[in-house]
Amino acid sequence: MSYATSLYLTGAEIGLSVTGLVLLLATAFMGEKAARGITIAAVAALFGALFFNLSLFDGGAAGVAFGGLFLADGFAVFAKSLIYLATIACLIVAPRYFDGRAEYRGEYPVLMLFNAVGMGMMVSATDLMTLYIGLEMSSLSSYVLASFARRNEKSSEAGLKYFVLGGLASGIILYGVSLVYGFSGTTSYDGIRAAFTADFSTGAMFGVVFVLAGVAFKIAAVPFHMWTPDVYEGAPTPVTAFFASAPKVAAVAMLVRLATGPFGGQVEAWQQIVIFAALASIVVGALGAIGQQNLKRLLAYSSINNVGFILIGLAAAAPAGISGVMVYLSIYVFMTIGSFVALLMLRDAEGNALATFDDISGLSTTSPALAWCLLALMFSLAGIPPLFGFWGKFVVFQAAVQADMIALAAIGIAASVIGAFYYIKFIKVMFFDEPKGAAPAKAPVSHWVVLALCVAVISPLGYLLTPWLGNLADAAAQALFYTA
Amino acid sequence: MEFPILSLMLAVPLVAAIACLFLNAPAARMVALFATLIDLALGILLWLNYDIGGAQWQFTERAQLFAGFQYALGIDGIALMLIMLSVFLMPICILASWDSITKRVGEYMAAFLLMEVLMIGVFAAQDLFLFYIFFEAGLIPMYLIIGVWGGDNRIYASYKFFLYTLLGSVLMLIAMLWMVDEAGTSDIPTLMQYNFPVGAQLWLWLAFFASFAVKMPMWPVHTWLPDAHVQAPTAGSVILAGVLLKLGGYGFIRFSLPMFPDASADLAWLVFALSMVAVIYTSLVALVQQDMKKLIAYSSVAHMAIVTVGLFAFNVQGLEGAMMVMLGHGLVSGALFLCVGVIYDRLHTREIARYGGLSINMPKYALFFLLFTMASVGLPGTSNFVGEFLALAGIYEVSTFVTLVCTTGIILGAAYMLYLYRRVAFGEQKNADAAAMTDLNAREWAMLAPIAAAVLWMGVYPESFLAPMRQDIAALETRLASVAPRYDSALDEGTPRATAANYVEYEGHEEGEH
Repeated sequence: MSYATSLYLTGAEIGLSVTGLVLLLATAFMGEKAARGITIAAVAALFGALFFNLSLFDGGAAGVAFGGLFLADGFAVFAKSLIYLATIACLIVAPRYFDGRAEYRGEYPVLMLFNAVGMGMMVSATDLMTLYIGLEMSSLSSYVLASFARRNEKSSEAGLKYFVLGGLASGIILYGVSLVYGFSGTTSYDGIRAAFTADFSTGAMFGVVFVLAGVAFKIAAVPFHMWTPDVYEGAPTPVTAFFASAPKVAAVAMLVRLATGPFGGQVEAWQQIVIFAALASIVVGALGAIGQQNLKRLLAYSSINNVGFILIGLAAAAPAGISGVMVYLSIYVFMTIGSFVALLMLRDAEGNALATFDDISGLSTTSPALAWCLLALMFSLAGIPPLFGFWGKFVVFQAAVQADMIALAAIGIAASVIGAFYYIKFIKVMFFDEPKGAAPAKAPVSHWVVLALCVAVISPLGYLLTPWLGNLADAAAQALFYTA
Repeated sequence: MEFPILSLMLAVPLVAAIACLFLNAPAARMVALFATLIDLALGILLWLNYDIGGAQWQFTERAQLFAGFQYALGIDGIALMLIMLSVFLMPICILASWDSITKRVGEYMAAFLLMEVLMIGVFAAQDLFLFYIFFEAGLIPMYLIIGVWGGDNRIYASYKFFLYTLLGSVLMLIAMLWMVDEAGTSDIPTLMQYNFPVGAQLWLWLAFFASFAVKMPMWPVHTWLPDAHVQAPTAGSVILAGVLLKLGGYGFIRFSLPMFPDASADLAWLVFALSMVAVIYTSLVALVQQDMKKLIAYSSVAHMAIVTVGLFAFNVQGLEGAMMVMLGHGLVSGALFLCVGVIYDRLHTREIARYGGLSINMPKYALFFLLFTMASVGLPGTSNFVGEFLALAGIYEVSTFVTLVCTTGIILGAAYMLYLYRRVAFGEQKNADAAAMTDLNAREWAMLAPIAAAVLWMGVYPESFLAPMRQDIAALETRLASVAPRYDSALDEGTPRATAANYVEYEGHEEGEH
């Protein structure tokens, strides 16, 4: 493998890193006034990375870079496209959100860029070392982003909490990695797979469990979900939108690659863990949300709930299941960014967030367009057809049924009814109750554009995308099982 | 390629629904009425062009738009009749909401038009998952209709409606996924001929039953219905009683019976038992209601029990009777809710005791109300008589005991309906405000007269409605023939004795021996 090929395959990451460094210098010299221009440059860089990344897909064949440390295959391309898209959306809405608070700085887009590089590494890693570096790169920038509203106590608290618990999770992963390395004698995915197929000892099992536990923390799966509501509530809303979308895609994709790659020979070793985490996430996510008054906390539980459904696809441990995971992730990204953007548009004339159910009661009369968008998003999150969120649930449950895991599918779908309760409560508050508080102020055009795009995708029109999305996801899943 | 009339019937209300969201109140009303009338005209065209005795599935459309399932439409006679019922009731619902809905009219009309799209879609869908999408999507507009424009306790009722029906139908989705995985197709006509393993049928049947029993609704999962009916606005109740309850019966006749015949036969006892309880129990409950809408809601549960009993008789009379009860009940209970709506609009109470002697100041209203009351009781000459008679005749060939219980329910039905009518229309005019109410206006005439005509038509010449369905019901009976139960009162054919009755056994004495 020539050096040029390696550089070509990692082109998106290299391009983003260089842009990030240049923009960092620009921020340092030009100060806060340039923040807006830097955001635009960062968005342009991400678009560039997106298109470069998609161009890799045309080749179809998997390309290994740097002697097996990095893999650019269909799966990585699919996941990275989602990650870049989500990052772009979260960047577009950010400047106007911070406008009123004079908190926006050029570091924000730069951190997002480095985060995107880290996430790209996570999904492309085929070596535990690459994985860990990507993970830390993404996590460290996330900690800073969480506390970006420095003067806000909750934001600082969120950053600190995220840092401490995230550090713990990284430690757990690293401990698992060391055990895996100790028992297999290698950090490369292929090597681990071969070693574990030959001999899978109890110690190796511990390694696998530790790695999975650490990853479960990153994707906020029960029982490692406790940090989520606090961090999501405290972080500035555009950052929350980001946390709930791009890093989650990256972590799930990383988990999928780990489970089917190095641990792919030991399905029974991790399948039970995934099943438990899936069902527990669905139930806890649903029950936890019921008592919430704060909308961001509610959506945090909703994201825990959604992770449960995603894991059902992984539990099927088959190409159809992985394809389902990818479809679900794609739809989930649009639903979750749409919902958080709608939340950040909910601000009164003074710029205070309308953060609780009381604040948005009767929204359908004070701001009908926003209320109808939220209605579509909530029914979609609840998985009610004809909205597109249903399709995500459909494909993962189909995979589970095809894998003969009928009991898992039946319990999971029955538990989704509990989740429907709080989604329809959202709609009840907006549509059935009388207005109590102030009407939300006019939102900037950039927010409306992102929201409208998300709602268009999750509307029934989204079903027209299913053949295309299905093919891409199938190709992505096939890439993983190619070696299997 | 044929003219895609079914797609057009879906598109017209859909476009109108989107338009209504952006229009002011008077314009939205006109657009909604106009769109539903166009759909009614298209429905009549559909009926006229339906080739009785022709292909089983007509007006079929296929398009490969989605991954995993098809956009496939097509109807048989059963679906045709139910689509007719939907498009017939819709303009009447719009008229019923003309003056009584004053807030957020555009959104209201949009919800109703969306409801129409979904109802036509459910009956026309030929793909299992397309059916599920239409079936489940109905929850959204109905939740809004009850919750936004409903009565005082609307929030509880809307939650209950939504969660009950959702829980019922999600298990059906898992069963559908399994079926499609097993049979390799999601095409409904193919699945209707597919023989699923007998062991799996039981579970599949139960999963579908969970959904349809809630929709139907069958005792004991009927409790969402009185709440939803009472709290919904008049037109919402009409659609609920008129069409949405028919989804359960349609589900049984389209899915449970032809796809899982063995399980249907094995579990018929369960359906019979629940139906018998429903007929007697809900009739008795209806007898003591103080609220008119609640009374009619409970009577719906009782009528739907006759439908389920007829369906599980597995013979032509039972199946045809069940269909006729569904159509008749759709018209009659819808009309009764409209009758309640007429006086509710004037006095804003549904309490029976607040009315009385309405035949004095509202004679025309009292006449219509009387006709629909009699039809609900099942008087010969009205729609419900045909259906109930056929359904009971069908079940009589299976079980005399079930027939006995269900017929008792019909007597109780006469009791609660006549008691209701006496309290509302006859007697003294106890309350001055009720006595001062004016008789029907032109709009109310336009709502009630067409239903009255249809009720009488169906009662006097049911052949018009039975003819399109005959072939499909015969096909269903053939499918069920192998599992049809034996008549419980059939005489046992004994083995004849070897000798005549007056034969005396030869004792072994030779004649003249002693």
